[in-house]
Amino acid sequence: MIGLNEYLILSGILFSIGLVGVLRRKNLLMLFFATEIMLNSANIAFAAISGHYGDLSGQMFAFFIIAVAASEVAVGLGLLIVLYKKQGTLDLDNLAVMKG
Amino acid sequence: MENLLYIALFAPLVGSLFAALFGMTPKNLITGFVTSGLLFISWLASVLLLIHVLSHGTVSANMMEWIGAGDLTIDFGFAVDAITAVMMVVVTTVSTVVHIYSIGYMDHDKGFNRFFSYLSAFVFSMMILVMSDNFAGLFIGWEGVGVCSWLLIGFWYHKADVGTDVNPSISPSWAANEAFIMNRIADLGMLVGIFLIYWNVGSLNYNVFFDAIPSLDNGLLTSIGIALFIGAMGKSAQFPLHTWLADAMEGPTPVSALIHAATMVTAGVYLVIRANPLYDAIPNVAIFIAYLGTFVAIFAASMALVNRDLKRIIAYSTLSQLGYMFAAAGLGAYWVALFHLAAHAFFKALLFLGAGNVMHAMHDELDIFKMGGLKKVMGGTYLYMGLASLALAGIFPLAGFFSKDTILEVAINEDTYIIWFTLWVTAGLTAFYSFRQVFLTFSGNERYKEIGAHPHEMPTFVLVAMAPLAILAVIFGFFMEPFNEFVTTILPSYEMSHETHHIAWFFIIITTLIALSGIFYAYKKYASGLIRDKELESSFVYRLLTNQYYIPALYNNVIAKPYKEISDMLWNKVDMKIVDTTVDGIAHFFFNNGDRTRRMQSGNLSHYLNWMGFGAVALMLFAVIASMIG
Repeated sequence: MIGLNEYLILSGILFSIGLVGVLRRKNLLMLFFATEIMLNSANIAFAAISGHYGDLSGQMFAFFIIAVAASEVAVGLGLLIVLYKKQGTLDLDNLAVMKG
Repeated sequence: MENLLYIALFAPLVGSLFAALFGMTPKNLITGFVTSGLLFISWLASVLLLIHVLSHGTVSANMMEWIGAGDLTIDFGFAVDAITAVMMVVVTTVSTVVHIYSIGYMDHDKGFNRFFSYLSAFVFSMMILVMSDNFAGLFIGWEGVGVCSWLLIGFWYHKADVGTDVNPSISPSWAANEAFIMNRIADLGMLVGIFLIYWNVGSLNYNVFFDAIPSLDNGLLTSIGIALFIGAMGKSAQFPLHTWLADAMEGPTPVSALIHAATMVTAGVYLVIRANPLYDAIPNVAIFIAYLGTFVAIFAASMALVNRDLKRIIAYSTLSQLGYMFAAAGLGAYWVALFHLAAHAFFKALLFLGAGNVMHAMHDELDIFKMGGLKKVMGGTYLYMGLASLALAGIFPLAGFFSKDTILEVAINEDTYIIWFTLWVTAGLTAFYSFRQVFLTFSGNERYKEIGAHPHEMPTFVLVAMAPLAILAVIFGFFMEPFNEFVTTILPSYEMSHETHHIAWFFIIITTLIALSGIFYAYKKYASGLIRDKELESSFVYRLLTNQYYIPALYNNVIAKPYKEISDMLWNKVDMKIVDTTVDGIAHFFFNNGDRTRRMQSGNLSHYLNWMGFGAVALMLFAVIASMIG
C-alpha cells in the first residue's frame, strides 16, 4: 500500500536531487532543469497532502506552481538564449563577470 | 556720563574689529590710523571722565545682566571712581602713543593690520579689567589681557630660535607659551579667591564684598587675600613667577612698552590697590606682600646689572619697579603705589619706545656691548632715553623722584628699616644699570661699526608721538599733591608721622646721593667706552646674575623636564600600549574578518548557490536544534 509517507519520501528524494543539481551543475540549462525538479517535488508533496486530508487547496496550489514554473521557463529560456548568443557559453565558471 | 564711559570702553574694541577685517590682507595704513584715532577718542573720553569724577564722584553704569542662574547674578557693571579714572587715563595715554609709534615701527612688517587689531583688543581688555565693578568682570579683563599678551609676544611666531652670546635661545612662540602658562598657574589662585568670595559673601560686587569684610572670619579673609595675591603675582611677574617677563621681550618693542611695562603687568598692583579694604583687614598678608615686593625689587635690579640685552635690562627694571609698588601697597600706602604706577607707566613706556628706536636703527641688534656712540646719529632718542633713565633713577625734578622717594619715606614711617635699606640700595643699583645701558648705547667708541650696522634716526612723527610721554615723565611729579587728594577720596589716606616729616629731607638727600653715585659710577666705567673685565665676567657672582640665579634652568630641570618625561612615559606605556592597542585591536579584528570573507564574492554564480545552500542548511539545523532545546 502506498501511503502519504512514501509520497513524501519521493518528494524529499526529488528535492535533494534538484538541490544537488543546483549546487553541483555548472551549466545554466542544467540548473534550470534542477530547479524544475525541485518545484515538481514540491508539487508532489502538495498533491499528496491534499489527497490525504481531502482538501483541494493543496492541489490548487500545485496547479498554480505549474503555471508559474511554465512562465518562468519561458522567460528564463529566452534570457539563456540571449546570454548564449552574447557569451558563446553557458558554463558558470566562464560567466564570472561580477567578481567582487 | 554713561555715554562717555561706553565710548572710552568700546572705542578700542571697534578699532580692533575694524583692523581685524584687514587681518589677512597686506599692509594697509588705514588700520593704523583708524585704531589710533579711536584710541585717541577713548583717551579723550577717559580724560573727560576723570574731570567729571574729580568734581562729581563715581560714575557707574550697569550695561546688562550677564549671568543669571538661580541665586547667581552677575552684572556687566562698570564703575569709574578715582582709581579707575587714573588707570584709564594712564592706559589710554600710553596706548595712544604706542599706537601712533607702531605705525612707524611696524612699517615694514607683514602683519601690520593684525598687529593693530591685537593691540586694540588688548586695550579693550585692559579697560574692562580696570572699569569693572565686580570680580567677574575683572577676571574677564584679566584673561583678555592674558590672551592678547600671548598673541603679541608670539607675534613673530615664525621666527626660529636665534641664540646669541647673551641671550638664552628663546623663540617668540616659546616665550608666549611660557608667559601664558605661568599666568594660568597664577590665575588658578585668583579663581580660588573669587570662588571663596562668592561662596561666603554671595556676590562678586566690590562694594558688597568690602562691606561684608568686618563680618567675615579672619582665616577666611587671609585665604582670600593670599589667593587673590597669587593671581596678582602671576600678572605682575613677582617671584617665583617672574621668569616670563624677561622672556616676553621676544615680542615687538611697542608691545613690550605697552603691555610688559606700562599696563598689563601693573594689573596685579591694581588688584591689590583695589582690594585695599581686604588687605587692611589682614596685616600679616599685607606685610608679606611688602617684603616680597622689596625682595623682587633688589632681586630684579641685581640681574639687570650684568645683562647685555637692551630690552631685558628694561624688563628687569620693570620687575624691580613693580616690587616698589607692591612694597608701598603692602605697607598700606595705596595711593603712593598708584602714583608710582602712573609715573612708572610714563617713563618706562618712553624708555621702551626709545629702546625700540635703537633696535630699529641697529637692525634688531639688542646687545649693548655692540653699540656705543649712537648719540651722534640718534640725538632725539638719546634725549628721551636719558630723560626716562633719570626719571627711573629718581633724580629731582622728574616723576620718579617724587614717587620713589615717597615709597622710601613710607618705609621709614612704618619703621620697617629692612625694607627701607633694601629699597635704598636698589635705588642705587637702578641708577647704575639704567645709565650703564644709556652710556653703553649712546656714548663711547662706535662699536656698531664692527658689525657693519648703519644706524639712522626714526621718522620725525614717531619722535613727536613720544613727546607726551617725555613731558609727563618730567612734570608728572609735581601733581603729587592733587593726585593724593583725588585718589584718597576712594583710597585710605596715608599720613606721614611728625618725626618722619622732620627727617624726610635727610633721607631725600641720601637717596639722591646713592642715585647720583650710581650714575657717576656708570659714567666713569662706561661713558668713555667699553673695557671688558675678563676676571669679573668669569667670577661666580657675575655668572650667577647673568644666568638669572639659575632659576630658569632650575624650573626647566625640576619641573619641565620631569613633566616631559612623565608625559613621554604615559604616552609610550599607557596610551600607546594599552589604550591604542585595545582600540586598534577591535578595528583589526573586523578588518581582517572582512578581508577574509571578501573572497566569497568570487562572481561565480555556482559558488553563490553553494553558499546559499550552506546557509539554508545551517539555518535549518539551527531551527531544529532550537526547537529541540526550547
